[in-house]
Amino acid sequence: MRIKFIALLCLLFSQLAFSAAKIESWQSPEGSSVFFVETIGLPMVDVRVVFDAGSARDGYQYGISALTSALFDAGAGEWNADEIAQRFESVGARFGAGVSKDMSWVSVRSLTDEKLLNKALKTLSVILSAPSFNEADFQREKNRTLAGLKHREESPAALARIEFFKTLYKDHPYAHPSSGVVETVAGFLVEDLRAFYQQYYVAKNAKVIIVGDIDKKQAEQIAQSLVSGLRAGVKPEILPEVPVPTKGVTKHIKFPSSQTHVLAGLVGMHRKDKDYLSLYVGNHILGGSGLVSQLFAEVREKRGLAYSAYSYFSPLFRKGPFTMGLQTRNDQTKQAVDVMQTTLKNFVNNGPTEAALIAAKKNITGGFAMRFDTNSKLVSYVSMIGFYQLPLDYLDTFQQRVEAVTVASIKDAFSRRVQPKNINTITVGGE
Amino acid sequence: MIFRVILLALVFMPMSAYSSNVKVHERVFSNGLKVLVKEDHRSPVVVSQIWYKVGSSYEPGGITGISHMLEHMMFKGTEKYPAGEFSRIVAENGGNENAFTGRDYTAYFQTMEKSRLEVSFELEADRMRNLKLDAAELKKELEVVTEERRMRTDDKPRSKMQEFFMAMAFSNSPYKNPVIGWPSDIANYQVDDLQAWYQLWYAPNNATLVVVGDVKAEEVFVLAEKYFAGIKMSEIKPIKPQAEIEQKGVRKTTIKLPAKLPYLLMGYKVPVLNSIEDESEAYALEVLAGILDGGSSARLASRLVRGQQLAVSSGAGYSMMSRLPELFMLDATPAEGKTVFDLEYALKQEIYELQRELISEQELQRVKAQVLASAVYERDSNFYQAMQLGMLETVGVGWEKVAEYVEKVNQITAEQVRDVARKYLVEEKLNVAYLDPQPIKQQKHRSKVAGGRHAH
Repeated sequence: MRIKFIALLCLLFSQLAFSAAKIESWQSPEGSSVFFVETIGLPMVDVRVVFDAGSARDGYQYGISALTSALFDAGAGEWNADEIAQRFESVGARFGAGVSKDMSWVSVRSLTDEKLLNKALKTLSVILSAPSFNEADFQREKNRTLAGLKHREESPAALARIEFFKTLYKDHPYAHPSSGVVETVAGFLVEDLRAFYQQYYVAKNAKVIIVGDIDKKQAEQIAQSLVSGLRAGVKPEILPEVPVPTKGVTKHIKFPSSQTHVLAGLVGMHRKDKDYLSLYVGNHILGGSGLVSQLFAEVREKRGLAYSAYSYFSPLFRKGPFTMGLQTRNDQTKQAVDVMQTTLKNFVNNGPTEAALIAAKKNITGGFAMRFDTNSKLVSYVSMIGFYQLPLDYLDTFQQRVEAVTVASIKDAFSRRVQPKNINTITVGGE
Repeated sequence: MIFRVILLALVFMPMSAYSSNVKVHERVFSNGLKVLVKEDHRSPVVVSQIWYKVGSSYEPGGITGISHMLEHMMFKGTEKYPAGEFSRIVAENGGNENAFTGRDYTAYFQTMEKSRLEVSFELEADRMRNLKLDAAELKKELEVVTEERRMRTDDKPRSKMQEFFMAMAFSNSPYKNPVIGWPSDIANYQVDDLQAWYQLWYAPNNATLVVVGDVKAEEVFVLAEKYFAGIKMSEIKPIKPQAEIEQKGVRKTTIKLPAKLPYLLMGYKVPVLNSIEDESEAYALEVLAGILDGGSSARLASRLVRGQQLAVSSGAGYSMMSRLPELFMLDATPAEGKTVFDLEYALKQEIYELQRELISEQELQRVKAQVLASAVYERDSNFYQAMQLGMLETVGVGWEKVAEYVEKVNQITAEQVRDVARKYLVEEKLNVAYLDPQPIKQQKHRSKVAGGRHAH
């Protein structure tokens, strides 16, 4: 695909919005929040349970959140991994589990047919409330994770990303990779996973997201069946603030690849940031709008220096990174980095033109409906709203807030938040 | 698809069901353009895809990858809409757009709010015939494609291995060539090559327009007629068959690359829907792939990854919807202390078992339940539905097969699965590649404070 990579990034990191979908929300007696959107037309339902138990909760056990998540379908209640898999797959259901910096989640997609759905949900609830964490499964999954970490070292892109986060976040819980590092993962004991589970997989730390062709009463029952087996527990302590950016550094890691991967950026913004819209819309023009962004034009269209060139903010509970990226033939790295920096500098100093801002607004608002046109997308968006406690009408007002952004507000936000001298530049590649 | 890593696609969607029960409307214009419309009113959006019957399997030696290069150049402007205008207009209308090239197709798409469909039609109709190919633009874009190749293939040990593997497995089938092209071919494209390729294949009678979304079929046909019906048809010469010669014995290769983990690829030459006399064999191969790798309860995960713990991951995949005969693929990464040879042995044992013993009723039902459910899940995405129609039509199978898929899989018996294992998964038609990891020399340089390095 021509710019699949960029398209994907846009999808993942662009602002999320919708108005047509009506989000209903309530608290379960155990203290979990539930978010429900009824979608009509396909006999399927997606259920996701989200916990504040992402890799930011690893402490010094980098990777424990991810490995705990990987163990869920390895055994629960009376069932081993084969039986769990058969229970889901025999009814055509799809189980998933994963972690990010902030979140951990388990999910299931099922047909709405009662018999099929009930079997899938029953399995999911046992996985959540009674995971086995037995020694043999633990050793196997640990070894698989270690192999994955080793495999990661084949990839200059992955190495750049690890170094980038380390440079930006130093000793903050966002600094390390979610899947961990060999040194920590190798030392885990199964008790560590149990302790992590006990602390974080509790009702008060859970959000249930349900999207599909069912009614509210069914949604209530589903949510109830999933969280009632959890201990009430307590919410984890709030994550520490990220220190504001200081003067940036450049680092190079030598790697025997034909391209050098470049990541440049700084500590950016958080989910409820007051500059959110100005930074989001501004970045859309700078490097967030795929084929028509300034970085894409300068790096690729005008100079042919890279296949992909982009920038994005990844807002998290605390300030997530602002990242610019490209990858280019080793001997033209300096030129490409210069173009990237100059493009940023011009943008920060001058702001976008009025015409560019109008075009960006047209793109964002004109394509508004496409942000929530599938159940899959809705699940992600509602999870985000639920997890970060954004107002339920957050998306209904989104277009209006995009329209309110001005050239001046973008210029102001970027000059305060994205100072070129604070940009950290990581390069991984050959000579 | 260009970043096919064919295996990846297969491993992750081995049992993708092509079924749905919503009507597809078809219209063929007098210039040969086929238009397919599927209404889906769940959301006020529409996807429009135009599929050309051309891809890397159409390319002669010396210009491999030219279909993909042309795909890039299709964004470089026409008389009416100069370079950059196409993307600017789509963006201003709130659209997303992109394109992809595969072995058997080149496709372009826009997803838009439903009222903007006309924008997409006007632009696509224009660039079907009026592309301006410019030497200076080609020179730049050639660099972009070279960077793309470095990123996708050259710096990725497993992708690179895949390329060597395909080149070994096929003797004369054009599937031996990578979609993105061989490096020296990429380096030597001329504007004339691109121009000739464009004139040869970009014509209404070599294209299928697929529209899925919140639209009315009749209105789409009227709109399509307005923009596409006036385009003159071309003489499209049938492509030479280039039928692969029969493989006579196992082929093996070792690939040495800087890497951290060993890796095994195995592929058996198998027929596809297009090439087969008894099409139930293709469906039986699909079921067989599901038995081995249709989820966490399937045999490879259950036995090789968990039971014997020989592999940290292992997959199987088969795609029956390509233009030419394919490979039934198996892959695996050994667990610590195990080798690619242990895995080759174990995977062959799995094949032997499929040849000797009937799969259980429970396994067969599991695969069928998954296929049925997938057919519903897939309808969550307009884009995916359009992909299915466009792809089946373009590779020559015909879009009508989409609707038959669930039913055809449902009819497959345990005996048929055993029979295709016996007939096709045989040593004489096997290809094997081993990735032999070489040390990665890596070293961290000291850091410095920014500003000292890049003067502006």
